[in-house]
Amino acid sequence: MAAQENRILLKNVDQPGYTVDIDCYTKHGGYETLKKALAMKPDEIRLEVKASGLRGRGGAGFPCGVKWHDLVDRKSGNPIYLICNCDESEPGTFKDRQLVHKDPHQLIEGMIISAYANDVSLAFLYIREEMPRGAQILEEAIEEARQKGFVGNNIAGSDFSCEIVVHRGGGAYICGEETGLIESLEGKRAYPRIKPPFFPAAKGLYMCPTIVNNVETLCNVVHIIGMGSAAYSKIGRPNNTGTRIWCVSGLVQKPGYYEIESMTMKELLYDICGGPLPGRKFKAVVPGGGSMKILDVNETYKDREGKEFSFDEIMVDYDGIAAAGSMSGSSGMMVMDDSVDIPEALGNLMAFYAHESCGQCTPCREGSLWT
Amino acid sequence: MSEETKDDGLISIFIDDQEVRTKPGTNIIEVAKSIGVQIPHYCYHEKLSISGNCRMCLVEMGLPGRDRATGEAMLNPDGTPKIMFFPGPAIACGTNASPNMHIRTKTKMVTDAREGVTEFLLANHPLDCPICDQAGECTLQEQSAEHGKGYSRFIGEKNVKPKRTSLGPRVTLDDERCVLCSRCIRFCEEVVKDDVLGFVDRGSYSTLTCYSGKKLENNYSLNTVDLCPVGALTSTDFRFKMRVWFLKTTQGIDAETSVGCNTEVWSREGKIYRITPRQNDDVNDCWMPDSGRALYQEVEAENRLQTNFVDGKAASIDIALREASVLLAGNSVAIVGSGRSSVEEQYLLKELASAMGEVTVSLVSRIGEGDDLLISKDRNPNVRGALVTGLISELPKTELSDLAKSIDAGSVKTVLVVNEDLTEAGLTTEQLAKVKLIVLGTHQSATTDAANVVLAGMSVFEKSGTFVNQQFRLQKFEKAVPGPKTAMDDLIILASLLANLTNEKVVSTVDSIWDELSSKNALLEGLSYKSLPASGQLLDASSYEDLPFVEGETLHYKPVALAST
Repeated sequence: MAAQENRILLKNVDQPGYTVDIDCYTKHGGYETLKKALAMKPDEIRLEVKASGLRGRGGAGFPCGVKWHDLVDRKSGNPIYLICNCDESEPGTFKDRQLVHKDPHQLIEGMIISAYANDVSLAFLYIREEMPRGAQILEEAIEEARQKGFVGNNIAGSDFSCEIVVHRGGGAYICGEETGLIESLEGKRAYPRIKPPFFPAAKGLYMCPTIVNNVETLCNVVHIIGMGSAAYSKIGRPNNTGTRIWCVSGLVQKPGYYEIESMTMKELLYDICGGPLPGRKFKAVVPGGGSMKILDVNETYKDREGKEFSFDEIMVDYDGIAAAGSMSGSSGMMVMDDSVDIPEALGNLMAFYAHESCGQCTPCREGSLWT
Repeated sequence: MSEETKDDGLISIFIDDQEVRTKPGTNIIEVAKSIGVQIPHYCYHEKLSISGNCRMCLVEMGLPGRDRATGEAMLNPDGTPKIMFFPGPAIACGTNASPNMHIRTKTKMVTDAREGVTEFLLANHPLDCPICDQAGECTLQEQSAEHGKGYSRFIGEKNVKPKRTSLGPRVTLDDERCVLCSRCIRFCEEVVKDDVLGFVDRGSYSTLTCYSGKKLENNYSLNTVDLCPVGALTSTDFRFKMRVWFLKTTQGIDAETSVGCNTEVWSREGKIYRITPRQNDDVNDCWMPDSGRALYQEVEAENRLQTNFVDGKAASIDIALREASVLLAGNSVAIVGSGRSSVEEQYLLKELASAMGEVTVSLVSRIGEGDDLLISKDRNPNVRGALVTGLISELPKTELSDLAKSIDAGSVKTVLVVNEDLTEAGLTTEQLAKVKLIVLGTHQSATTDAANVVLAGMSVFEKSGTFVNQQFRLQKFEKAVPGPKTAMDDLIILASLLANLTNEKVVSTVDSIWDELSSKNALLEGLSYKSLPASGQLLDASSYEDLPFVEGETLHYKPVALAST
């Protein structure tokens, strides 16, 4: 049987008649999970998320529940902030844009649940300059949610109150890096901070403990609480639970965004994306966004145990792509066929990094323009 | 981990397999320095926050391994902890010592990293060392010679950035030479709290500049020139005047306030070219005010006294001293000393006053605005020296109204003035005309104009001595340049006057005066000029605690009243 999408986050997206309107969202069961979450204790939600095995969808794949439950400094007495990182700026990645543009209330619900789980009363949504429409949609959606009592004081009749502030970035690539984002949010030049000691979970925004999560990660929280961690963790494969939205671009029959569980590269590229263009053969794939190592289609890969596998057998998830020596990153998959001159294509990517180098550290600052 | 911390609170770390005992959390660059291992760096500075941007200090780092499953320490076959090295290099400046940490600074990975970073830093650098003012004291030049390849593979066109831009009245910027270490930015933000510098543009085009509409014009702006590891920030005053390798340095003290910033005086062939701070972690850290750096200009000022005068006519020192001694031998003498004189001079002046019997000695106080950093309210560098030597027992006043009254009443007929302009202390020229006036000084003033005898002395750069600063810290300064030919060291002038008055042998050198001071003065017991450490010596100030010093807080000083709260 050909591999298929498993749309959870994108369940309603692109369905006929589905709009960004809050009424449409609630009609499809929206904000019910928030009510369920508000009946739970915050640490119960954190443990649920930890048990679900949810890994960050922004790039590093850090376990979300570990960040929430084990790393956030709750003893400092300082307020805890939540930041939704919607500075989707990695070349080849366009998943967050879909979630924001087509189902903003899912993100808002995810943010409020996450805020409740982490005792956050002020959450920031950092959206990049290049998404003006997205920012407008979110502002309108937050206002709608406030009218219905899902944002602001006494959310859904509970004691919990939380505000969401939409902040538009200036459009720099580096603002997607969480400490650079925090500096930018504080109104400074987005130079990433030194870690240690400035781990956001301990010393983040305004030197207070801060949780920074990707849009897709926060949307997943809604479904983890909705279906329970036990059901969620059965999706995908161990350590790579849940679905991921892959942004396939480049020279395939059907480029687009696909929400899938772990599957092989062959299943994704042929069953879902329809294979190469007529008369062409695949040559190479950048698996997770512009800064990830490019994978040669004809190479044989070896995992840690020494087991050999072909490109087609690479599992498209965190561990599968890592085993092939690259990273799943922000799941922006750029496909190149035999018509592409690889040095030229990578030179094009490099021009992006030369232009976007923040200029803080010598090797990138001087090296990226040199190439 | 706890067994690693022994009673002394120190831990062991290993640098190139050499064990070092250090406090947990100590910066690795500092730990390495303590055993003589230099880790090259540009952006790191011990007095500023960590920025970690230059990447020159990359080292290999390893920590004791722990089994992932059990969490137990991994051991070598011989029972020692197994050290797991990180696959990539780490920045030493951003790494703090933890138990059993291993650092390698000489491996191929480290030398490759240093070579690579050097090549990157030089890619867009103009390499204009022959016409660069920093040459000879340029960290980039030194570290490129030590760690660079010696040739460049860069064949592209170098970035063009602004050159010879004026950041403020005293600092000139060449952006092409800048290695973007951000030390100057951090200094202005963290130390001076005058956050006017920043980077604009991105990546390789990043450019240091002042915020629009602002200038780097605070009184500490020249410290950014000292901090700059390359020739990007240069002193507008000093640039192109002299190659630094021709200059010799002598220890000085900034004489503009009671803080007593430690300085280095850079001179060649009797001419001073610049003054820079000398590090003293108990006084001024690595900084000093711009105003103190400009003081050397007084040495060759137009109104500098070049010779001695008797009744308005130039005279030899012998004649001037004879005339002065005759006047001092008369009755009704008053002495005006100075908080700008050295401890040694104040001591001789006090001996002179004692030899004359009942003589009133006054000092002129100078009070200004403090800046809470290195400019204190008390603008005399050595009022406390006058207390310690016993020249005065009360704090000086800004106006010499008692002396004015005595002159008007005719009870004072002769005044000996050291390094002060009495008209600035409230006396009128009419009052000055009523008395015989002997002035020992360095610069022409209304008082020297009215004087019967003018003795040309030396400025603080032309003599050796000590000051006692606001903390009661005894600090020494050394003679940097010889001074005008016809001028004489103040000590010799004072000693000659004393010898003429008493007909006894008198000590006249700094060292011999200290022989007397250390035996006569309980506060100074056991001290000598030669053995005084460069960082100074704190004196016991308990007997002066009740005096109402006019002082605010400065970098390393809190007034007693504030300190106790």
